[in-house]
Amino acid sequence: MTEEKFEPRIVAFLCNWCSYRAADLAGTARIKYQPNVRMIRVMCSGRVDPDFVLKALSLGADGVMIAGCHPGECHYLEQNYKAMRRFAMLKHTLEVFGVEDERVRLQWASAAEGVQLAEAINDMVDKVRALGPLNWPAKWSENGRVKAALERLPEEHAEAMEVPA
Amino acid sequence: MSEKVGVYICHCGSNIAGVVDVEEVAKWAGENLDNVAVSRDYKFMCSSLGQELIEDDIKNEGLTRVVVAACSPHLHEKTFRRACSNGGLNPYLCQMTSIREQVSWVIEDKEAATEKAKAMISGAVRRVQLHEELQPTEVPVNPHTLIVGGGIAGIQAALELADAGYPVYLVEREPSIGGHMAQFDKTFPTLDCAACILTPKMSDVGNHPNITLMTYSEVEDISGFVGNFDVRIKKKARYVDEDTCTGCGICIEKCPKKIVDDVFEVGMGLRKAIYRPFPQAVPNFPVIDTENCTYFERGKCKACEIFCPTEAIDFEQQDTYVDVKAGNVILATGYDLFDVKRMPQYGHGRLANVFTSLEFERMCNASGPTEGKIVLRDGVTQPESVAIVHCVGSRDENYNTYCSSICCMGALKFGHLVMEKTGAEVYSCYIDMRTYHKGYEEFYNRLLEEGMHFIRGKVAEVTDAARIEEEEGKLIVQVEDTLLGIQRRVPVDMVILMAALEPRADAREVGLQFGIACSMEGWFTERHPKLDPVATMTDGIFIAGAAQGPKDIPATVAQGAAAAARVQGMVTIGTVKIEPVVATINEEKCSGCRICNTLCPFNAIEFKEEEQVSFINTALCKGCGTCVAACPAQAISGAHYSNGQILAELEGLLYDVVASNGSHAAQAEPEAVPA
Repeated sequence: MTEEKFEPRIVAFLCNWCSYRAADLAGTARIKYQPNVRMIRVMCSGRVDPDFVLKALSLGADGVMIAGCHPGECHYLEQNYKAMRRFAMLKHTLEVFGVEDERVRLQWASAAEGVQLAEAINDMVDKVRALGPLNWPAKWSENGRVKAALERLPEEHAEAMEVPA
Repeated sequence: MSEKVGVYICHCGSNIAGVVDVEEVAKWAGENLDNVAVSRDYKFMCSSLGQELIEDDIKNEGLTRVVVAACSPHLHEKTFRRACSNGGLNPYLCQMTSIREQVSWVIEDKEAATEKAKAMISGAVRRVQLHEELQPTEVPVNPHTLIVGGGIAGIQAALELADAGYPVYLVEREPSIGGHMAQFDKTFPTLDCAACILTPKMSDVGNHPNITLMTYSEVEDISGFVGNFDVRIKKKARYVDEDTCTGCGICIEKCPKKIVDDVFEVGMGLRKAIYRPFPQAVPNFPVIDTENCTYFERGKCKACEIFCPTEAIDFEQQDTYVDVKAGNVILATGYDLFDVKRMPQYGHGRLANVFTSLEFERMCNASGPTEGKIVLRDGVTQPESVAIVHCVGSRDENYNTYCSSICCMGALKFGHLVMEKTGAEVYSCYIDMRTYHKGYEEFYNRLLEEGMHFIRGKVAEVTDAARIEEEEGKLIVQVEDTLLGIQRRVPVDMVILMAALEPRADAREVGLQFGIACSMEGWFTERHPKLDPVATMTDGIFIAGAAQGPKDIPATVAQGAAAAARVQGMVTIGTVKIEPVVATINEEKCSGCRICNTLCPFNAIEFKEEEQVSFINTALCKGCGTCVAACPAQAISGAHYSNGQILAELEGLLYDVVASNGSHAAQAEPEAVPA
């Protein structure tokens, strides 16, 4: 990766049943998309702890995608709704930290939507590339406040993090 | 003690090696990733030689963890887990990463692909070191099977199981089994009569010693898990004692009250207040329709009771509940017909001689309201011309976008019956003719030869507003003939609407009750659309027939038999292994906040009142991990997807950034995870 041209690194959490299969399908159909996204398989988008997203950004990722089954199609019946609620909360937190909206994205992709997933990835990579590096770790070491704020988060928002069914 | 990781990079012929520099990646992994003891690339890892490579390295090099970078784990995870097992390693100490579907097949730039492959492997190597040995738990399987729905799918499944010697509970909502097929007249493409092939199967079900038939009944409640379901079935009161009733039918004859039969005869015919849906009903016991029975309305009559020779009528009967245990469940709940009144432009209900496909089936049926005569709504006039409208509510953005799959063949069948019985001209207005199974195209060709007219175009409107003399007193079908490129107005005497097949109105509730998912439209979702079509995401719950999606009788029967075969396999083995990818709660850490309790859609999390902590029934847990992510005390850990494992993978994936920003290399150790 050269200094002149910024190539973002994006982590994608793909649910095992829809989105990971969408990625499988994109592969089988040889649909090309940008190489900047690195995938982690989770059983369900509901498994994605908001901490994972913060951790990814804190490690130096420039963006994070969470991909799951469409609402109503979750293989665990309704857990993607829980992912959706957490996502809304997470976005709020990230906004406070000054992380741009485009950097963290919730994407629905059914097992049949290889093309849509590839398009979403391309779209996201373009947008994050345009934003430039997030460079959280550097900001972090310059200023301990972000880390301290992060550590306080779960306590401060314990009540808000209750997700009623 | 540090782990010894073996990394295996598959060429997949040239599928991976053509894009990813596999030798370079293997070399890099061996030199740069911590704790990698062996790093190899091989032409085809899934071949027996590739698997032996892993087995030998486990034995000779003492590997404690294995990473295979190849195709999607959905394809070969089992293969490599087995290889590990053969080598003497717990199968869950293996991790696959997809460098074919997610790298070589989607990236053109070779350098970028090689970089991404490295990152993915780095993630897998970090993750696998935190894997734990897991053992699937074994539970016994109750030999009884619950089948819900007594249509042809449920009947087939019940008979397959019962004939093989396994006990079955067959539960049907209506007073008789038979489903939609019992309403049909002929079946395409062979034109054999539906009743002739269905009723023998129905009586087999009724007489089979291994089948406990419960009609006019519904599943009230189900709990438990694969192999061990507890089911409560509600038997609605029939007001007829099943033990003493002989099914002679005198009560029906003597009943003075006639009402329109909206269910079996779809409003085309009448039935009595005490009735059986059709003469060959199984079981043969009638049911009293309390909403219309004179005794229930006004407190007197009792004609049925007076004339019953065996004193089987019981006006005091109450709904009863039966509790049964079952090891497996087959849901064969069928479909609903699209309500054609939602398309007022086709005039059903307003224009007398517009019929739905099911109404027409009843009309054609020799035991139906017109005794098989094809006549207009007046009951006497034979039509001289008939139009059949395809895709009513299917392949239509405004209603259902899917193809209902059976209507084209149904329309051809209707065309044949109309021409055979009345000699009328028949016009079929279709979007595309879909005749795709054995003998279907031949049937289409036969109809072409028999002189059925085909107009390619979606019907815009059915109206009785005549513009010219020939249209007076007719129904006019307005359609664009897309092959001729003209608008046509076809005057006919009768119109048949080929209504779409829709999911049952209560499919979502039923899905929720049994813990299975529905598609956007409401069809039950199979485990895999191609390779696992009758299993569902919930172990022990199978689906068959049109509840899974629109399908014709042959496909429905095949699915019924397939579901039965799957169940037989489970019952024969007698025990079932439950995937160990489940969540567990560390009671020491649990604060008893109960946040997780309501999160689980499978009711796997219980609250222990005495200890004030939550507890997960691992047999019910499906391993989604939502509770793990939600636990504020991090008291819940998800096996195989623990926080530690996921964070380690994350750090591995971002190895290049982590290295460049330096400060985090030291913090690579993931946060404490409960063991």
